[in-house]
Amino acid sequence: MERGRRPHTSGAPRWIGPLLALAALALGACGGPFPQSALDPASDFAWKLQDLFEGIFFWAVIVFVLVEGALIVAIFRFRERPGGAAPRATHGNTLLEISWTLAPAVVLVLIAIPTIRTIWDVDQPARGESLVVEAIGHQWWWEFRYPDLGVVTANEMHIPVGTQIDVRLTSADVIHSFWFPRLGGKRDAIPGHENQIWFTADSAGLYLGQCAEFCGLSHALMKMQLVAEAPEAFQAWVDRQKSDALAADSVIAAEGSQAFMRGGCIACHKVRGTVAQGVIGPDLTHVGSRRRIAAGILDNTPENLERWIRNPQAVKPGALMVVPELDDETVRRIVAYLQSLK
Amino acid sequence: MSQTDVATLEVHSATGLPSRKILMWAFIGSECMLFGSLIITYLVYRGKSIVGPYPEELLNIPFITVTTFVLLMSSLMMVLALSAVQRGDMKWGKVWLLMTAVFGMVFLGGQVYEFTHFVHEGLTLQTNLFGGSFFLLTGTHGAHVTVGVIWLLSLFFMGVRGRLTQASAETVEIAGLYWHFVDVVWIVLFTLIYLLS
Amino acid sequence: MAVTGAVGAETPGVGAQDHGGTYSGGIWSWLTTVDHKRIGVMYGVSAFLFFLVGGIEALLIRLQLGTPENTLINPDLYNQLFTMHGTTMVFLAIMPLSAAFFNFIVPLQIGARDVAFPRLNAFSFWVFFLGALFMNSSFLFGGAPDAGWFGYANLTSTQYSPGMRVDFWVLGLLVLGVSSIAAALNFIVTIINLRCEGMHFMRMPLFTWMTLITSFLLVMAFPAITVGLVLLMFDRMFGTQFFNPLAGGDVLLWQHLFWIFGHPEVYILLLPGLGMVSEIIPVFSRKPLFGYAFVVYSGVLIAFLGFGVWAHHMFAVGLGPVANTVFAAATMLIAIPTGVKIFNWIATLWGGSLRLKTPLYFCLGFIAMFIIGGLSGVMHASAAADLQQTDTYFIVAHIHYVLFGGVMFALFAGMYYWIPKVTGRMLSDRLGKIHFWIMLVSFNLTFFPQHFLGLHGMPRRTFTYESGLGFEAMNLMSTVGALLLGSSMLIFIWNVLQMLRKGPPTGADPWGGSTLEWSIASPPPHYNFKVLPKVYGRDPLWAADTSDSRPGDDVEAPEPHMPGPSAFPLTTAIGIVVMAAGGLTTTLPVLFVGVAVVLFGVYGWAFQPLEH
Repeated sequence: MERGRRPHTSGAPRWIGPLLALAALALGACGGPFPQSALDPASDFAWKLQDLFEGIFFWAVIVFVLVEGALIVAIFRFRERPGGAAPRATHGNTLLEISWTLAPAVVLVLIAIPTIRTIWDVDQPARGESLVVEAIGHQWWWEFRYPDLGVVTANEMHIPVGTQIDVRLTSADVIHSFWFPRLGGKRDAIPGHENQIWFTADSAGLYLGQCAEFCGLSHALMKMQLVAEAPEAFQAWVDRQKSDALAADSVIAAEGSQAFMRGGCIACHKVRGTVAQGVIGPDLTHVGSRRRIAAGILDNTPENLERWIRNPQAVKPGALMVVPELDDETVRRIVAYLQSLK
Repeated sequence: MSQTDVATLEVHSATGLPSRKILMWAFIGSECMLFGSLIITYLVYRGKSIVGPYPEELLNIPFITVTTFVLLMSSLMMVLALSAVQRGDMKWGKVWLLMTAVFGMVFLGGQVYEFTHFVHEGLTLQTNLFGGSFFLLTGTHGAHVTVGVIWLLSLFFMGVRGRLTQASAETVEIAGLYWHFVDVVWIVLFTLIYLLS
Repeated sequence: MAVTGAVGAETPGVGAQDHGGTYSGGIWSWLTTVDHKRIGVMYGVSAFLFFLVGGIEALLIRLQLGTPENTLINPDLYNQLFTMHGTTMVFLAIMPLSAAFFNFIVPLQIGARDVAFPRLNAFSFWVFFLGALFMNSSFLFGGAPDAGWFGYANLTSTQYSPGMRVDFWVLGLLVLGVSSIAAALNFIVTIINLRCEGMHFMRMPLFTWMTLITSFLLVMAFPAITVGLVLLMFDRMFGTQFFNPLAGGDVLLWQHLFWIFGHPEVYILLLPGLGMVSEIIPVFSRKPLFGYAFVVYSGVLIAFLGFGVWAHHMFAVGLGPVANTVFAAATMLIAIPTGVKIFNWIATLWGGSLRLKTPLYFCLGFIAMFIIGGLSGVMHASAAADLQQTDTYFIVAHIHYVLFGGVMFALFAGMYYWIPKVTGRMLSDRLGKIHFWIMLVSFNLTFFPQHFLGLHGMPRRTFTYESGLGFEAMNLMSTVGALLLGSSMLIFIWNVLQMLRKGPPTGADPWGGSTLEWSIASPPPHYNFKVLPKVYGRDPLWAADTSDSRPGDDVEAPEPHMPGPSAFPLTTAIGIVVMAAGGLTTTLPVLFVGVAVVLFGVYGWAFQPLEH
C-alpha cells in the first residue's frame, strides 16, 4: 500500500489500518489482489474517507468485543444448573440505564465529530485550481468532456497526477453513479441535476471504476477506466484527443472508413474531421487509443471489436447500438478503421 | 344490539370511547400524512412548470371562495344533523343530513366546473407540473368529498327507511368526524393553492 | 396479585374443543372466518410460503454470482429476481409473518376475545393474499417487476421500463398498502380499547407494545409511498410529468417520498421481532425483563427518530453538507435507543437461570447478529464514509445482518415459542437446535464476506462481475453459505410437519410464561377467555396467587357469543384486486366491475350484523 502524501488524521491507533487489512486478507483468503478496492486509497479524497472509516472501525471493534463478550459471558455463566436457586427478580437499575445511554452517546459524538468535519470538507465545491471534467452518464457508457481543453471522449478518462480534478456529473437518461473506489467515494449522476466530486490523484496508474447506481439491464457492464499520468504525458494525450481523426493508415482501414461512413454508424457516432457527427453514442475519434471498449468491459483487440460490432446486444444486453447484418469482410474493414483511430 | 351500529362485540372499552371513533381518528391521522405528501409535491413543483398555463392565469379566487364557503356551511349542517339525531329528532336529522350532502355536491359541482374550465384553457394533467400536481391534489380531495357524500346519502336513505334511530348517533358522529376532516383539508388547500399563489 | 377467571376449556391438541375445533370446518369456513386466530394462521402459512419464494429467488441470485462472468441467469431475469427478492421478503414475507403474530397473540395478551374489527381483520388478510398473488402473477404475464424493490425514478418511467412490469409493482404495492393500513388501524384500536381490566399501558407485554408502535409507524409511513406510487402511476398511465426531468420534474422527489416511507418501514420490520425477543428472554431466564420502561420508551423513540433519518439512503445524491450532517447525526442518534434495548436484554440474561431451549437460542443468535448489523449501520451513518459504502455489497451485508440475522432470527424465536400455543403440540427442541446452528453458521458464511466485497469495490444490483477484481473467492463462499442456509429451512419445515403428525400435545403453558396467552388452552378455544381476565401488574402469570380464588375455574359461564363468519371481507378484497387488474391493463370495464364489487362488498359488510 503506497502511503504517498497521506496525512494521518483519523486519531485511531495505527494498528487499526493493519488490523483492517489483516481482516480483509484473512477473509479474502485467496481473494486478492483487489484492483478496485476502496481500502487501497490513491487520492486525497480517498484517504480522507479511509481515515474516517478507520476511526469508526476502531470504535466498532471495541463495542463489538465488549457487547458480544458480555453476551457470551452471560450465556455461559448463567445457564440453568440443576438444583440452582431461583434467580433474583431484578426489574431495572436507573443508574445503569443512564450509564449505558450516555456511554454510546459519547462514542457516537467521537464518531460524529470527524464525520461532520469530513462532510464539510468533501461536500463543498472544489476549492482552488482544478481541472474540470464533465462526466455524463448514459445507458450504459460514460461520456467525458474537458470543457477548458476542448476534449470529448468516452469511458476512459485521463488526468494529470497532482492536479485537483473537479468532476461535474449529470446524466442523459436515468440515474447513474460515478465511482472509482481507489480515488474516493461515489456521487450520483442524476438527470436534471449537476453534482460535483473532486480529488487529486497521488500517483500515476490505471484506476478502475464502475457505475454504482442500478440503471437497467446492463448496469453491471457499465465500467470506466481512469489513467493518471505525469503532466507531460497528460498534455500529449490532450493534444492527441483534441485533434481530428487520423487519416486511415492502410488500405483495409481506408475501406473500413468508407464502410463506416456509409453504414448507419454516423447516425450515432462522431469521428471529428469526417462526416460522422452523431452525438447519441460515444465519440470514436480516438477509439483506437483506448485500452478497453464497450464501456470498460472488453479489452480493445480486433477480436473483441469484431464481437462487439457483429452483435452488441450479445455483449451488452439492451445496448442501444443497432448494427445491420454485415458480412465478415466489412466487419474486418471497420475494425481495422477503428483500430487506426488512435 | 342494533344491526348496523356496532362492529365490535367488546364487552367494555378500556378508554370509555367507542372503538369506531378511535378508528376514525387513527384513520384521519393517516390521511393527514397522505394529504401532507401530496401538498409537499404541489409545493415542491410550484413555479417549476416549464410551459403554461400558469396558476396566476387560471385560478379564480372569487369563485373558489364561494365554493369554499359552501363546503364550510356543509360542516355546519353536519353539526346540526348530529345534534338532531342525538336528541332523537329523526325528521330534522334526515333534513340536515341531506343538506350536508347537497352542499357537498354543490362544492363538487364547483370543482367540476373549475376543472372543465381549466381544461378548456389548455391545462390538463399532462400539460405541465402545475396541471399534474393541481389536479392530483384537488382531485384526491374531491374523491374524498365524493366518498363522504355517498356516505351521507346512505345515512339519509337509511333514515327514509326508518332505520336511523337515536342509537345511530355514534355512526353519524363518526361520519361527521370524516366530513369535518375533509373540510379542514380543503381550508389548507384553499390557503396554499389559491390564497398564497 | 393474580389473574382472575381466565381459564377456558381444557382439552389439549389441535382442534379438540366442544364447540367444534378451533380450526375445524371446511374451506368455506376459512374463507369467511373472522377469528383472529385463524386469520393469524393464514397469515403465517402464506408468509412462510412467500419467504420460501423469496428465498429461492435469492438462491438463484447467489448461484449466478457464485462464479465471475457466469451465464446461468441473463441480466433480464436477474433484475427481476433481485427486484422480487427484495419486494417479496419485505412485503410478502416479513410483514405478514409479523402480522401473523399480531393477529394470533396480541388479543390473547391483552385479555380480549378478538380484535376490535374482526371483519376488517379478515379483509386485511385477503387483500394481502390476493395482492401477493397479483404481484407474483407478473412472472406469467410478460415478466416480473425489474427496477429494484426501491424503484428509482426515472428508470421506472415508461420510457426506460416499458411494458407492464413496473405497473404490476406499483399496483401491487398500492393494494398491499391498503391491507397494511387497515390492519394497523385495527391493531391500534384493539390495543388502545380492548385491554382487559387492570392492563394499563405500562403493564402490557412488550410484544403488544411493539405491535402498537409498529401500527402507528405503518399508518403514518405508508401514505408517503402511496403518494409516490400514485405519482409514478400517473406518469406511466396518464402522461403526467412528475418524474420527467425534461419537463421540470425532479427524480429525487421519488427518492424522498420512498425513503420517508422506507426508513420507518425497516423499523416496521424490526420492532415486532424486538418485542418477541423482549418476552422470550425473560421467560427463559426466569426473571422479568430488565428495564421494562426503558425498553418501551426506546421503542417509542426509535419510531419517532425513524421518521427523521430517511436521507441517509441518499448520501451520494448531493443534498449538500447541511442535509448530510443533519441526517448523519440523526442516524447516529437512533443507535442509542437501539443499544439501550440490547443492554437491557443482556441485563435480563445476567443473573438469570438460562433454560437453553430453541426459542432462547434464536434470541441469543439474534442479539449477536443484530449487534454486527447495528455496528455496520453506524459506519453507514457517517455520511462521508458512506460515500464508499453506499450502493455496494457492504450495504447488502448490513441489511441482511439486521433483517435476517436480526429480524428472521427473532421471528424464528417467536415461531418456536408460540407455535405450541397455536397448534397445541410441541416442536422438537433437538431439530430446532440443529436448525439454529446450521442457520447461524451458514448465515455468517453467506453475508460476512459481503462486507469485504463491498469495501473492495463490488457494487450491488449487478448480475455479474469481472474476474480479476478479487471478488471470486468471497462470492463463492457466499453462494455456498446461501445454499446451506436454504437447506436449514428444510429442517424447520420437517420439524413442523413431524409436529403436526405426532408432536407431543401440550397444555396451556409449556414454557412457564408470564403473559396471559399462557393462561388458556393450547390452542385456545375460539372465544379465548370464557371470563375476561383482570390483571394487577406486569407478568400476570408470575404474580404469586395470594388474592382471591379463580372463579373462572368453576363458573358455569355461558360460552361467549362470538362474531359470525362473513363473506364480505373476501368479496371486497376481490373487488380491490379486480380494480388493480383493470388499472394494470387500463381497461375501464374491468375497473368498473372492480368498483362495483367493492361497493357491493362494503355495503353488504356495513349492513351485516356482526354476530348472527
